[in-house]
Amino acid sequence: MNFYDHLEAHGSSIAIQGDPAGTLSYTELALLADSVRGNVVRRCLVFCLCENRWEALAGYLGFLRGRIVPVLLSSGLGRDSLSGLLSTYQPEFVWAPVERATDLGPGLEIFRLGGYALFRTNSTNDYSMHSDLALLMTTSGSTGSPMLVRQSYANIISNTESICNYLQISEKDRPITSLPMNYTYGLSIINSHLQVGAELVLTNRSFMDKGFWELIRRTQVTTFGGVPYSYEILKKLRFSRMDLPSLRVLTQAGGKLNPGLASEFAQICQEKGIQLFIMYGQTEATARMSYLPSSLAKTKFSSIGIAIPGGEFWIENDSGYKITESGPVGELVYRGENVTLGYAQNRFDLSKEDENGGILRTGDMAWYDEDGFYHVVGRKKRFLKLFGNRVNLDEVEQGLRKNGIDCACAGCDDLMKIFITDDLADAAAVKRMASELTQIHQTAFEVVGISEIPRNEFGKVQYSQLK
Amino acid sequence: MSNKEKYEQVFVESFSVEPSVLNDQFVYQCVPAWDSVGHMTMIAALEETFGIMMETDDIIDFGSYTKGQELLGKYGVTF
Repeated sequence: MNFYDHLEAHGSSIAIQGDPAGTLSYTELALLADSVRGNVVRRCLVFCLCENRWEALAGYLGFLRGRIVPVLLSSGLGRDSLSGLLSTYQPEFVWAPVERATDLGPGLEIFRLGGYALFRTNSTNDYSMHSDLALLMTTSGSTGSPMLVRQSYANIISNTESICNYLQISEKDRPITSLPMNYTYGLSIINSHLQVGAELVLTNRSFMDKGFWELIRRTQVTTFGGVPYSYEILKKLRFSRMDLPSLRVLTQAGGKLNPGLASEFAQICQEKGIQLFIMYGQTEATARMSYLPSSLAKTKFSSIGIAIPGGEFWIENDSGYKITESGPVGELVYRGENVTLGYAQNRFDLSKEDENGGILRTGDMAWYDEDGFYHVVGRKKRFLKLFGNRVNLDEVEQGLRKNGIDCACAGCDDLMKIFITDDLADAAAVKRMASELTQIHQTAFEVVGISEIPRNEFGKVQYSQLK
Repeated sequence: MSNKEKYEQVFVESFSVEPSVLNDQFVYQCVPAWDSVGHMTMIAALEETFGIMMETDDIIDFGSYTKGQELLGKYGVTF
């Protein structure tokens, strides 16, 4: 049984607690979902500009129910990025907050529900979609990159069931949306709780907003998730001293939590009687691939745990052979039904078959210990996670070079270092440029002046020499 | 530098804005840089500048340029 086709199974149970206050039952949510779907009529591509609001959720569910393929995008997507994606993908409809009408052109609105409207575009209709294709997700937040991950119905169903299984989610759990629904981890929290008929508290508020904590207390929230940066904030907010009696489960994913912070939160959670689950996932695996059982949070806090039910991990060395002993580092490889179909760069890729065959090379370097627990130590691919958002170092480099900045990008999660050779270039201006390119706050970037970018005899940048 | 000048300086550096925009209309999320990341950057900078440790409630109450001045009063920072 999948959550989107069987919303009615949970009948008059509350599905959504809104912010401001207001509730929708599962039956009502299904009716609203179908009212959106009814206006699209047939299977086609739809852009869904997401906020954590019932209208966005109703649209998403209606599209899945009608086998209409949504692309979940951030409602914060700028006008230019949106326009680029529209011309690359040519969706037939856009489901978005009514205010976005000005970015789409006049006279396109055909239906309105709450604060959202359905806009019919002038699509070229020159492409087709594979019948397994259910959903398209971005990997990099709101940068407007055309690269999307193709997820199938089977992917979503499999990952949702597995998550419900290892977290033992029940209808008594009540999550609050601490992450955006267009972010794969945020969406997986929504999906897995709809699956069991639980009540979701939908809000766009952040930890920094007093209203967020009031909402948790008022609606008796039992669980929320966070990326590593969220835990930095929780620490700063002295989470250990907060009185949140209804809270029972915290989850963490979206990048590696630094071991000190992981250990600290394992301790705090134990004292508060909260289960802490450290997890690992990627959009390419629908959402999640591993979890650390909460009973081991205090002893194995530097580990991503074990593969989720139905999944399997192994480590491969440089020559592609499976490493069969604990200890040595190699690339982490995952197999499971939640491994997605592959990427799309434009609308013509939407007809592609499954390119992964259930196996995902994660691009993360890892090893497993004697107890069979996996530990991620670094990345093979050139990207960083800045506050939970995946940012490709080469793309930033190219973007800056287009602006005339000779540079090389390196660094670690939450701090990208931009090495520049031009001592006349204004470091603050370079930071601003990088922030605009990635849509991420300037503090994620450090500009370092060097005399020359180190290159080998073939002209390839020697990133290992940039520290 | 006066406390007012130090306070302004933290805003200018945390959010990359001109001092002239700092008034009672300058509130959380009014510029893209004042997001959750920017907020924590600003709080850390204020704590360092004034040698204080802010309480959770004050960190999340800190919703505007004006409100912040009032809250800092609790820590003996006056304007």
